Amino acid sequence: MGMRSIAALTLHEAARRRIGLAAFIIGALFLSFHGTGLYLMVTGGPLRDMNGRIPPLILRQILTTLSLMGLYAANWLVVLMTVLTAVDTLSGEISSGTIQSLAAKPIRRWQLVMGKWAGYVVLITVFMLLLTGGVLIEDKLILGFAPNHIPAALAMMWLESLVLLAVTLRAGASLSTMTTGVVVLGMHILAFMGGWIEQFGALENSPTAVHVGITASLLMPTEAMWRKAASEFQGPIIGLAGSSPFGTTSVPSMGMVAYAAIYMLVALGSAVRRFSRRDL
Amino acid sequence: MNAIETRDLRKTFGGKVAVEGLTLEVRRGEVFGFLGPNGAGKSTSVKMLLGLVYPTSGAATVLDRPLGDVHVRARIGFLPEHFRFHDWLTAAEFLRTHADLYGMPDARVPKRISELLELVGLAGHRDKKLRDFSKGMLQRIGLAQSLLNDPELVFLDEPTSGLDPLGRLLVRDIIRDQRERGATVFLNSHLLGEVEVTCDRVGFIKHGRVMAIRALRHGGDGGMELEIRASGVCDGTVVQLNRWAASVRAEGDMLKLSVPNEDAVPEIVSYLVGTGARVYSVSSRRDSLEEMFLRILGSEGGL
Repeated sequence: MGMRSIAALTLHEAARRRIGLAAFIIGALFLSFHGTGLYLMVTGGPLRDMNGRIPPLILRQILTTLSLMGLYAANWLVVLMTVLTAVDTLSGEISSGTIQSLAAKPIRRWQLVMGKWAGYVVLITVFMLLLTGGVLIEDKLILGFAPNHIPAALAMMWLESLVLLAVTLRAGASLSTMTTGVVVLGMHILAFMGGWIEQFGALENSPTAVHVGITASLLMPTEAMWRKAASEFQGPIIGLAGSSPFGTTSVPSMGMVAYAAIYMLVALGSAVRRFSRRDL
Repeated sequence: MNAIETRDLRKTFGGKVAVEGLTLEVRRGEVFGFLGPNGAGKSTSVKMLLGLVYPTSGAATVLDRPLGDVHVRARIGFLPEHFRFHDWLTAAEFLRTHADLYGMPDARVPKRISELLELVGLAGHRDKKLRDFSKGMLQRIGLAQSLLNDPELVFLDEPTSGLDPLGRLLVRDIIRDQRERGATVFLNSHLLGEVEVTCDRVGFIKHGRVMAIRALRHGGDGGMELEIRASGVCDGTVVQLNRWAASVRAEGDMLKLSVPNEDAVPEIVSYLVGTGARVYSVSSRRDSLEEMFLRILGSEGGL
């Protein structure tokens, strides 16, 4: 009961404070530009001139890259939306004191945290599905192309956001809003750097660089989930150049996926534990 | 039967002591005033009793349940000190949300919301967002929120700080209604007048410690000044009067005593007569709350 009320309150807040509307407008703008860009590329460039003369494998590679560019941008939007919307849900309510009248009710602290979590999971999931769904539909309509393994790849992107949400809640249970934002986005950028180092390492045959990259992913397994998603989208045959955000010269293992899932659960458990033990 | 019992409840933040050994009993059905200067530990004490802040040591029961019991909070109401609420909600939505959190049956909620909005004078603002409310209106809606569940025990933390005189009268009426209903009210305040007219008993807190507890009604142990005109009182007798009085002064044939309660009066008179003194008059004056405050807490404040 308590958890459901808090989840409903979280969704109500997103609607009332026009977070949902803002996200929808940004998403719609994003998809308009993405669709326009795709259309111009298909109709105006070498892709049109060479149509029919490009070997199928190369064509598929070009289309995959175009599709991944859109999905990559969508992924960044989801990442930022996750962190920016959830960043003050605990810390902000603690510092303003609004949490007091909630926590004095007959609900447990864990219900407060998990209620908020559930609310944000709904928001993030809907936002992600709208954006990625939009990109994939535009790919199909304009390029006549669909990447591989869509459900598995989307699941990886979803897991990335769930990890970010859990870390955001964990940080927000202890730190101020500003510090929470700095820590979570900082960790994500760290993971992002780690991903590049790992790709270069694999390309240059440097196991040390690969290990450095994997270490960064162990600290924050978010970017690794995007790269796993990218490799799923591309399928087993086409590995693109290593030095791009879609590089799959070193693909995160299923072990890393399991690690990310456990990481998320531990972060969430730790958020609940920290919030349950702190003074409000 | 007590609504609240605490024993040596202590809270430190880092090295700073906020509440130093709170030992207190609040009886069921009484209006208990918790009086002290700003920073004396009043709010921290209330937050410990509500499970918002964890005590460093000590124990307490609230409505016969140990601290931290979740279910007992369904029987408690709370108006926080700074009455900060989700200001993007309308007044009615706000009460609806909090009724949900109390787990109140759906069928009862709409009627209860209307009653409470009427009670706190906000019936005309039910669809207005809290962000457009004045400080006084926020305090009123917070008060309504604290009464949603017909609580057995209500904590009001500085309930009149944002209110105009009319609002303060409203709070007085509400507290009176709660007492008549049989509820216990725990009122945190630093406003003497407010406590004086509403409370049955008052606890004085300073530097996180209860300095004294006094009754304000029904005779009891409010503390009073006694003036006795008598002749034939020797010095030894005056010294003996310290058994009943906190202080004794003899000026000519006048004896001035501070006694804790009126039960001491007949005993003192009978003692004096027993020593052979001749008692001509006895007059008593009860301490005003302000005098008690200054006597118990001193005039330097609690900081």
